[in-house]
Amino acid sequence: MQRILVCLKRVVDYNVRVRLKPDGSGVVLDGVKMSINPFDEIALEEALRIRERGEVEEVVVASIGTSDSQQQLRTGLAMGADRAVLVETDAQLEPLTVARTLLALVDRENPDLVLLGKQAIDADNNQTAQMLAALWQRPHAVFVSELSIDGAAATAVREVDAGLEVVEVDLPAVVSSDLRLNEPRYVKLPEIMKAKKKLLETIAFAELGIDATSQFSVVSTDPPPERAQGIRVDSVEALVAELKSRGLVDG
Amino acid sequence: MAEVLIVAEHDGATLNASTARCVSCAEEIAGDQVDIAVFADDGQALAAQAAKLAGVRTVLLIERAENAHPVAAVLAPQLAALATNYSHVLGPSTTFGKDLMPRTAALLGVGQLSDIMAVESPYRFKRPIYAGNAIVTVEANTGATLVATVRTASYGQTGSGGAAAIERRETDASIPAHTRFVELRTASDGSRPDLQSATKIVSGGRGVGSGENFALIYDLAEKLGAAVGASRAAVDAGYVANDLQVGQTGKIVAPDLYIAIGISGAIQHLTGIKDAGTIVAINKDEDAPIFDVADIGLVTDLFTAVPELTDALGD
Ligand SMILES: Cc1cc2nc3c(=O)[nH]c(=O)nc-3n(C[C@H](O)[C@H](O)[C@H](O)COP(=O)(O)OP(=O)(O)OC[C@H]3O[C@@H](n4cnc5c(N)ncnc54)[C@H](O)[C@@H]3O)c2cc1C
Ligand SMILES: Nc1ncnc2c1ncn2[C@@H]1O[C@H](COP(=O)(O)O)[C@@H](O)[C@H]1O
Repeated sequence: MQRILVCLKRVVDYNVRVRLKPDGSGVVLDGVKMSINPFDEIALEEALRIRERGEVEEVVVASIGTSDSQQQLRTGLAMGADRAVLVETDAQLEPLTVARTLLALVDRENPDLVLLGKQAIDADNNQTAQMLAALWQRPHAVFVSELSIDGAAATAVREVDAGLEVVEVDLPAVVSSDLRLNEPRYVKLPEIMKAKKKLLETIAFAELGIDATSQFSVVSTDPPPERAQGIRVDSVEALVAELKSRGLVDG
Repeated sequence: MAEVLIVAEHDGATLNASTARCVSCAEEIAGDQVDIAVFADDGQALAAQAAKLAGVRTVLLIERAENAHPVAAVLAPQLAALATNYSHVLGPSTTFGKDLMPRTAALLGVGQLSDIMAVESPYRFKRPIYAGNAIVTVEANTGATLVATVRTASYGQTGSGGAAAIERRETDASIPAHTRFVELRTASDGSRPDLQSATKIVSGGRGVGSGENFALIYDLAEKLGAAVGASRAAVDAGYVANDLQVGQTGKIVAPDLYIAIGISGAIQHLTGIKDAGTIVAINKDEDAPIFDVADIGLVTDLFTAVPELTDALGD
């Protein structure tokens, strides 16, 4: 293969406890730690391993977002990607628009494989890979926990509700990562220095001429309903009595 | 007038309970204007099951050999072709629906709404973001077909006793051959209740320590007639199979009783159990965050408490 394109989204770090603005207008993002979406880090790790096995020449990372997304692309370069592309926009794009933008990148880069995360942990949409594949009229394999490339096709093991599903897809294809695909490497300091010299190209979103009309608008953002305060019991006996009194077990 | 098409989920023989949950959501959107599409290679029996769901108007049966397995690239063009007669197209938020619905939406040139948890009006919904740490109210353009997934844990199953008409349909959608189903590997032997419809679940985490020790969890589940679940850490460590994982990236469950054993209560796990009626936590660390959401907490060593609990529950 010639090239793998990996999509990296900048999101609130998964360790951060998100807080809501009191006026219901959204989530507090000021001063909050931002990172590469964890699934995307896994996607990148997989691309790097494929390159290290000699099965692809080049790994390109791409992000769509504000200029701050450069930080995540630099981290991707430090992990080992060869170069990076940022499509810069301040707008919040819906997954369909993101997929259209990625299609424009696919047309420029001609990748054999596009690797994404299965979901971005901010909006938890889980859509972009499937949409990109539809627009590109190519196969997709999503929620993938094992991937092997064999010539003009790839075999993917997918985590589905019933267990593991194996599919074969012709290349080029779109693949989204699940958590157990691999464990991403740690970035070492010298790599961070080296990454500063790697190519990071910026394209203005407007330049691509993509329809960015939104279909959905968020009316309000509210906290989830709270559960009532629970109780503590101090023995198994007391637990059983409690369960019985609530009618949750027989007796 | 809203008219909803639901795509049925099934394993070739039995309709998945997620379909009956989607009907409950669809009724809130469109009253009795709710149809179900069954894609199968031999789907008479499945269509008959769908026709019995209360509140369904018509079951569309689309039979062709390629529909033997739920391959999104194969089903999406057919579903998109049928969608043109509907205002809304719904699928479940299971791995089946999450795979299929975004592809279908993109073929229609529209967006998709994920995980509907409440219907406020035919074009206004609530859905969770940030692993359920926030709930957004979203309004959709009325001009476009609304493609969405239904968060199955938020809806009960519609009743049986319906008598919908079954109509055979053909579409002229062209079906790609670039995606091929190879096999499905299932670890569960079907002897335990299904996690997503279970009324009781016993879940084990990293604290359980090994695959062998999971026998403690299975024994308790057996006594309770419960399904078995697990945290990501327990699955990653290889104690149990991936299809038992509960949480943001596993299954979202809604049992009456959820017993979390040796699970710390990371936010990604909690998002999967928020709809449980009663949460019981057994953990030796009194500061474990699971106790913040537990209705009944017991701070103790699981290796003594769980066998004791199993015994105490009688036969
Ligand atoms: C993007 C992303 C998605 C994720 N999705 C999920 C998901 O879907 N589901 C999920 O579960 N996790 C998910 N995680 C992982 C999550 O963050 C936690 O790492 C995981 O839930 C921890 O599992 P655990 O509670 O079993 O393990 P730990 O956090 O290690 O907790 C083990 C607990 O066992 C207790 N314990 C140990 N020994 C005993 C004993 N003898 N008796 C009693 N108690 C004992 C300990 O006190 C501790 O609280 C996700 C993470 C990320 C980054
Ligand atoms: N703005 C973006 N920039 C780069 N990649 C993105 C962006 N949005 C989504 N993706 C990719 O699409 C995946 C799924 O996102 P989503 O469909 O939003 O849950 C993510 O894990 C990323 O790999």
